[in-house]
Amino acid sequence: MSASTRGKPWNPYIAGALAGLLLVLSVWVAGKYFGASTTFVRAAGMVEQTVAAERVAAMPYFMKEAPKVDWQWMFVVGIVLGSCAASLASGTFRLQAVPDRFAARFGPGVGKRFGVAFLGGVVAMFGARLADGCPSGHGLSGTLQLAASGYVALICFFVGGVVVARLLYGNAADKTGGR
Amino acid sequence: MDLIFGLVTGVFFGVLLQRSEVIRYDRQLGALLLKDMTIVKFMLTTVLVGMVGVHLLVDLGLAKLSIKPLILGGTVLGGLIFGAGWGLLGYCPGTSGGALGEGRLDALAGIAGMLVGAAVFAEAYPLLKTTVLTWGDYGKVTLPQLMEQHRWVLIPWFCVLGYAFLRWMHKRGL
Repeated sequence: MSASTRGKPWNPYIAGALAGLLLVLSVWVAGKYFGASTTFVRAAGMVEQTVAAERVAAMPYFMKEAPKVDWQWMFVVGIVLGSCAASLASGTFRLQAVPDRFAARFGPGVGKRFGVAFLGGVVAMFGARLADGCPSGHGLSGTLQLAASGYVALICFFVGGVVVARLLYGNAADKTGGR
Repeated sequence: MDLIFGLVTGVFFGVLLQRSEVIRYDRQLGALLLKDMTIVKFMLTTVLVGMVGVHLLVDLGLAKLSIKPLILGGTVLGGLIFGAGWGLLGYCPGTSGGALGEGRLDALAGIAGMLVGAAVFAEAYPLLKTTVLTWGDYGKVTLPQLMEQHRWVLIPWFCVLGYAFLRWMHKRGL
């Protein structure tokens, strides 16, 4: 590949279709549908276990989703590694603390971005566990199986996200386009 | 063996997510601001290909469906809460790992937040289980059951409607 096309993004239709084939293959070979948010429960349980093992062992939610490494846990680790390898190979790896769009609207302050990201993470994961899935588990795996819960969840994800994005960016979104 | 399959599948998925840029904050917010539909294009093609493929596997007896229950209290409230957090964070649980992989350090703050959010949910679970998670419980219901249509009647319709939606977005330059 020449230097000019090396970092160019792939066509989202083709990449999406390949992801669909990958998912079908995973269901066929391993019997596993894509998902991600349960892993954060298991990981949180593993962290809590180091300070209060008995308490974790007695909590109903950690009995349901035991703090252990499973298929999905390794799947999430794989995403980190795959993304890292692809970004290094394509020359698009970039250490960046504040995304461009956020910096254009709220300034380059790292503390502000990290605070918003942390708060967003707390809220998002609480919601994902209450809904029993995230954009992978409900949005991809649920909708493609024609599960009613997948469609209801996906619509609610976007409604909540669109409202908050509008509140954050308002009309300024028109001026801070680009990537 | 499960663990190796998980890792390898994740690596391939991570490459696709990174190379199509759907893990970027700017792309995710672009979708929520209805300005840049890259992630919607990616998700929709994944779902359509997966829908046909997985249902073929099921018909051939090579796979089983794994349907999550529809509990309106949990699915609707949780979905809206997730969406609000997603708008703030700009990454979802899967893409936050991918964003970290390509050097986006704010994803670390998001991942830390998500671990705390999971811990908070685990504390609240006994209470939620007897309240919100009992409201409007329809069980593991599918659209073919609700609409009383065979799935192979619905799947072609989803493909046609999905294709029309993609064409519409393409024409509008989204």
